[in-house]
Amino acid sequence: MTAVLSAPVLTTEPADEPPIPPARRRVPYLLLLPGLLWLAVFFVVPLLTLVSTSLQTGSLEEGYALTFNWSIYGHVWTTYGSQLLRSLVYAGSATVLALVIGYPLAYAIALKAGRWRNLMLILVVAPFFTSFLLRTLAWKIVLADDGWVVGALQSVGLLSDTGRLLATPAAVVLGLTYNFLPFMVLPLYASLEKMDPLLLEAAGDLHATPMTAFRTVTWPLSLPGVVAGTLLTFIPAAGDFVNVQFLGTPNSQMIGNVIESRFLTVLDYPAAAALSITVMVGVMLLVLAYVRRVGARELL
Amino acid sequence: MPERARGEHGPRDLRLVGLRKAFGSAVAVDDLSLTVPAGSFFALLGPSGCGKTTTLRMVAGLETPTAGQVLLGDEDITARRPYERPVNTVFQSYALFPHLSVEENVAFGLRRRGRKNVQGVVAEMLAMVELAGFGRRRPGQLSGGQQQRVAVARALINEPEVLLLDEPLGALDLKLRRQMQLELKRIQTEVGSTFVHVTHDQEEAMTMADTIAVMNSGLVEQLGSPRELYERPATRYVANFLGQSNCLDGSVVGIQGDETLVEVHGVRLLVPGRLGSPGAAASFGVRPEKALALPWDPALPADAAGRDAALRNAVPGTVTDVSFTGLSTQYVVRTAWGQELGVFTQNAGGEAPLQRGDAVVVAWRPEHTFPLAPSTTAPPGGEPDAPALGPAVPPTMAPLGS
Repeated sequence: MTAVLSAPVLTTEPADEPPIPPARRRVPYLLLLPGLLWLAVFFVVPLLTLVSTSLQTGSLEEGYALTFNWSIYGHVWTTYGSQLLRSLVYAGSATVLALVIGYPLAYAIALKAGRWRNLMLILVVAPFFTSFLLRTLAWKIVLADDGWVVGALQSVGLLSDTGRLLATPAAVVLGLTYNFLPFMVLPLYASLEKMDPLLLEAAGDLHATPMTAFRTVTWPLSLPGVVAGTLLTFIPAAGDFVNVQFLGTPNSQMIGNVIESRFLTVLDYPAAAALSITVMVGVMLLVLAYVRRVGARELL
Repeated sequence: MPERARGEHGPRDLRLVGLRKAFGSAVAVDDLSLTVPAGSFFALLGPSGCGKTTTLRMVAGLETPTAGQVLLGDEDITARRPYERPVNTVFQSYALFPHLSVEENVAFGLRRRGRKNVQGVVAEMLAMVELAGFGRRRPGQLSGGQQQRVAVARALINEPEVLLLDEPLGALDLKLRRQMQLELKRIQTEVGSTFVHVTHDQEEAMTMADTIAVMNSGLVEQLGSPRELYERPATRYVANFLGQSNCLDGSVVGIQGDETLVEVHGVRLLVPGRLGSPGAAASFGVRPEKALALPWDPALPADAAGRDAALRNAVPGTVTDVSFTGLSTQYVVRTAWGQELGVFTQNAGGEAPLQRGDAVVVAWRPEHTFPLAPSTTAPPGGEPDAPALGPAVPPTMAPLGS
């Protein structure tokens, strides 16, 4: 949205410049037009519809009427609070895990991979060449009770003989981590790759041990990537319902599963709409707070 | 971490012993040994790719030598990690931390060594490099010259025993570079640390350094004060890398007292010192500004041109190019055997300038002649980044005497 607001600035010239012909002054607006139309048709209108749906009462048989039933928000909050919280916890865990796995990976690709860099980047995005559903289904097989992962964990004693991975919260978090890892790695790579390696030499020259150099130079300079990567992982993970469906259990549902069943199975449209808006606003507030705290200088 | 040691040890010389660095099969630095006296301003001068930056990086600990040692006094620091050395570097591209303020950049080294309450020292250091009041800015908000001074302050605040400067002025424009040369010299005198300055700019090296080591292909060609190197270059390479020279090749005729008589294409010239037994090959040179071009009637012998008795060396020739630069007039004189000699005449006024085609003798004092060791390396004729000492000369003169 800020792009829309600042667009006229593009054409603002110092006073002593010759005036820009009107035809050329229109160019920025023309460039923005397709995107704005797209946003209007596929985001703004559906969003308004969603808000209006959430405030309607009635039933499928008798039809719905807009009654400004604000109490629905209190209702979904109390009814589905545990699923909301679980979504945040699962998405948060997956984000932390993706950061722990993704940061060293991105660091290695950006600073140590040499001529293997492009190949490694391709490998990072390679999972995208198959469908999201298929990949998650494959995890179901990997984590199955008679699969080799469970067998191996049982044989080293990390899992009891009756212990399982499938249909556990761990499986859901692992699935989320796997599915959104590239969204973490790519922004991290981009910010690490931009860093001048000479800065690390300079830090070493100025009496910083390699660990201190990482803490005082590499980490702060990669923060924009950390912020972007965590957001790109957390936001879709918080709304995901596929991983729970395949890898979790019905009693460990995330908010995405609730919305899905409200909309498609129970046909309780107002509650589903109110939940969607609650999630959207909630995630937006969390993101704003996070960006303010961590990445204020780099992003705002 | 070892605390900086100047107090414990007193000033210590930086010594490189048999230092060698090979990258695969490419030898960047080859068996380099030299001593940089404590407190001196030392320049490593050479064209790009001569190994000077690699040498510097080995002193800083950023490259590990293939062989040899880096010593401070008698202490071997070859194996020490960069952050454990009492050595700091001003990098060519400054490498300032973009996410830290100028103050925090300057305080970086002190903080790493656990110093508290650094504000006072930082402010002092910023004042010394004339950047008081810039402390809160980010490096990106400073000009190139200001960034350069932050880089100097950031290194110097650690009171290094040796400050390494890697082409620190390369990114600045000419005027700023001149100013910073004097500035750095002033700072060095003020703090008394040993400065090792890597540059390809011979004028910069001569302006700033007490001692210059001219490097070529991983070896030191010659080491000495700027004046020694200029007045007595030992090799053809040095003679042409620092300023310009007319280099002549001949064979020894005989020794006359302290001088050697050398015949060059039939012309007999005197060179100070004993260059070898009769028949031996001998090379020598003379600076263009030490030579005079005197009008001469070719019907007379070369000796007959009216000239000062001290100008005992004379080579006849024809003026082929004249260029007036304001400060001087620069002549190119072609000898009978086709070699082009340069002669720079100071514009003192009075004398009528010579014209193209005039017959002249190029004459100079034997004591201004310097013998040249047979150079093991090619002369830097095609070196693009070796600027001439004097004003620009016509391209025909670039590889004088070659």
